[in-house]
Amino acid sequence: MNKILSRERVHSEAIMLEVKSPRIAESYRPGQFIILRIHERGERIPLTVADVDMDEGSISLIFQEVGKSTKELASLGGGDELRDLLGPLGRPSEIRDYGTVACVGGGIGAAPIYPIAKALHDEGNRVVSILGARCDELLFWRERIERVSDSLHVTTDDGSCGRKGFVTDQLRDLIDDGLEVNRVVAIGPLVMMSAVSELTREYGIETVVSLNPVMVDGTGMCGSCRVTVNGETRFACVDGPEFNAHEVDFNELFHRHGFYLREEECSLKRYLERCGK
Amino acid sequence: MRGAGGGKTRVRKQKPRDRIKNFREVSLGYTVEDAVGEASRCLCCKTPSCVEGCPVGVDIPGFVKHIKEKDFDKAADRLRERNSFPAVCGRVCPQENQCEIYCVLSKTGREPVSVGRLERFVGDWLINKKRDGKPVTSDSTGKRVAVIGSGPAGLSCASELAREGYSVVVFESLHKPGGVLSYGIPEFRLPGDVVDSEIDYIKRLGVEFRLNYLVGRTVSFNDLRRDFDAVFIGTGAGLPYFLGIPGENLNGVYSANEFLTRVNLMKAYLFPEYDTPVKVGSRVAVVGGGNVAMDSARVALRLGAGEVHVVYRRSREELPARQEEVVNAVEEGVLFDYLTNPVEFLGDGEGNVSGLRCVRMELGEPDSSGRRRPVPLEGSGFVSDFDTVVVAIGQGPNPLLPSTVPDLELNDGGNIKADPDGRTSLERVYAGGDIVTGAATVISAMAAGKKAAQSIHEDLKT
Ligand SMILES: Cc1cc2nc3c(=O)[nH]c(=O)nc-3n(C[C@H](O)[C@H](O)[C@H](O)COP(=O)(O)OP(=O)(O)OC[C@H]3O[C@@H](n4cnc5c(N)ncnc54)[C@H](O)[C@@H]3O)c2cc1C
Ligand SMILES: Cc1cc2nc3c(=O)[nH]c(=O)nc-3n(C[C@H](O)[C@H](O)[C@H](O)COP(=O)(O)OP(=O)(O)OC[C@H]3O[C@@H](n4cnc5c(N)ncnc54)[C@H](O)[C@@H]3O)c2cc1C
Ligand code: SF4
Ligand code: SF4
Ligand code: FES
Repeated sequence: MNKILSRERVHSEAIMLEVKSPRIAESYRPGQFIILRIHERGERIPLTVADVDMDEGSISLIFQEVGKSTKELASLGGGDELRDLLGPLGRPSEIRDYGTVACVGGGIGAAPIYPIAKALHDEGNRVVSILGARCDELLFWRERIERVSDSLHVTTDDGSCGRKGFVTDQLRDLIDDGLEVNRVVAIGPLVMMSAVSELTREYGIETVVSLNPVMVDGTGMCGSCRVTVNGETRFACVDGPEFNAHEVDFNELFHRHGFYLREEECSLKRYLERCGK
Repeated sequence: MRGAGGGKTRVRKQKPRDRIKNFREVSLGYTVEDAVGEASRCLCCKTPSCVEGCPVGVDIPGFVKHIKEKDFDKAADRLRERNSFPAVCGRVCPQENQCEIYCVLSKTGREPVSVGRLERFVGDWLINKKRDGKPVTSDSTGKRVAVIGSGPAGLSCASELAREGYSVVVFESLHKPGGVLSYGIPEFRLPGDVVDSEIDYIKRLGVEFRLNYLVGRTVSFNDLRRDFDAVFIGTGAGLPYFLGIPGENLNGVYSANEFLTRVNLMKAYLFPEYDTPVKVGSRVAVVGGGNVAMDSARVALRLGAGEVHVVYRRSREELPARQEEVVNAVEEGVLFDYLTNPVEFLGDGEGNVSGLRCVRMELGEPDSSGRRRPVPLEGSGFVSDFDTVVVAIGQGPNPLLPSTVPDLELNDGGNIKADPDGRTSLERVYAGGDIVTGAATVISAMAAGKKAAQSIHEDLKT
């Protein structure tokens, strides 16, 4: 059960695991995520499904090594098993023919943006993708995303690949150059999603972001994942994870993300010591 | 320990100052001697009034008589005829309002027989003795039933059907079965291995558990309906209510569900041994007055909070929590701020909760629940400092599953409509427990699961 079929290093900070789960592969729709537990003492880790392989009956997860749990997950390899795997969770992305959709992926966000871009493309949209990262080395899945896009633009903070600057600079230029964008889907770090949201608000373009507040159950039972959207409390795991960007209280999300900082540091330090690192 | 005069045999408990430092069970239960002594107080009435108070109709004089005779095997058999989980019910049933309130001894000025503690004794005896092997079940009916949710309602429906010879699959979204018994009620009141043993009994009956299965997402309800001869829905009342007042999403404000799930299901009290963290500050407020509030307050104490206040808008008389647990909470040093209602969460400017603005209340006319309605006292606003707040004001039905089944009839509150026998508006679909009644009790959920199992048996026979 939940056997890891393969492990691949995506770049210096991220790993891709392909996990056997015919059930989830079959029920999955773009935009949905899973929650896994590595072992009996592990926490419940939410990760977006980046791709599915119907023939293999497997799902692909791409994650950044940020703390204890993701580092431990990265230490697993093909043949290992995950203790628990629950999904697919959350509402699927709304996929319709909008006209032109800009799919913006920042950092690790390239992984979750891929299945959405693909579905939008299959639905007949003109997909303009923008990928951004700190530097060349951290860019991944460019070809894969290019295949489902009508055009692809790349930005890096240091200019080591594509345009030097942020994804928002690229998006603004495209719009100012006369590209008529009907909808924007942005996934990436909070700062990036909030910046995209500010930009598109100016232009009045409908924008969707995928939020990742701290979660526990992922089934609507605990309220840990609550976010304020349009002045109302919503649970990201069941009402989202995608929301209208212009209605999201990003400031509150920033704060909520940092609540367990001290515990996370303690946990990571302890883990690294135990691994002798 | 014999009780004085007409009193119940006392039960040994961990001392308050010790127990607030651990998560071990508070009540140590009866010894054989205690149990036989307490059983001897029972008159084993010919027409026992106590049984009427039990939602599953346990043969109380029957099993108590066997305790008197020290034949605990027989006592256990007699109990299990009606109640699959004596070790759980003996611990968490609100006996003071159910079986015990009807005991004849009360009418003669004595304390009622401690049915709950006797039941727990037999349940524990059964667990410790680990009667292995496969329990007796009827011949296979060749029919398959899906049970959604592994709380007391689902478990009791499953065990009932398995005994009747059905092949039963339980679908549970969490990684552990038990529902509230596993994620909600703390170890110090209901140890995890007690729940595990009771579930093990159901597994031995042949019931199959599929964990990490969120029906409505992992598998659609209609697929289950197609693949099984009947479906029972026991998904509980897991949706946490919030107060809906400003500042509720500040860091440090937990729903009781989140707080207790982190601690019980994820074992955050053992962090960093276990990976899931939980945080309590030096002054904790728990808003509410039911079992969930008592559990949250006592968990907070055990996590090292300096001071824990239960903030409740009515007075002590109206506390809906079990009396025994209120007494335990008081012994442990939980403070009660009665007739107090929060109106705003205050923040420290950096996104963390720093206090509560409350108003004082007074009790007015009785409301629909028969309890006197609290009304705010004009100009009584005041501020208390708190660095953690747990909101324990109740739970509603989780809308996820019903939202995927448009033709399943619900009431205005979102609960599934089911008749007293557990039949819903859809053919061969049954429901029971908190998803039908709203947040209630373990034993009423078990009774509903059992009732539905009987209906399923009736309907599938034809
Ligand atoms: C719906 C959803 C989808 C996600 N998809 C991906 C993905 O595809 N790829 C990816 O790399 N990351 C994804 N994440 C984030 C990922 O879950 C966290 O990075 C991971 O849980 C961090 O655990 P850790 O122990 O390694 O780090 P920690 O040291 O515990 O924390 C590092 C950071 O991760 C956040 N975090 C910690 N625990 C959780 C939690 N239970 N839920 C959410 N965030 C948490 C914290 O806010 C913190 O800032 C997703 C999160 C959500 C909610
Ligand atoms: C903290 C706390 C303390 C309590 N203390 C007491 C007490 O002392 N005495 C007492 O009698 N009662 C007590 N109660 C109430 C009692 O626990 C409940 O009334 C009882 O558990 C209800 O049982 P249930 O089977 O209906 O639902 P639950 O126990 O809620 O179980 C429902 C299960 O269904 C699962 N589920 C939900 N949706 C899905 C889905 N779509 N697919 C798959 N699975 C799903 C959930 O994960 C859960 O495991 C307490 C409740 C709480 C929260
Ligand atoms: S199940 Fe509960 S109500 Fe019934 S006899 Fe046992 S303790 Fe009393
Ligand atoms: S009413 Fe009291 S004395 Fe009579 S059988 Fe029941 S528990 Fe025993
Ligand atoms: S993670 Fe618990 S409600 Fe969303």
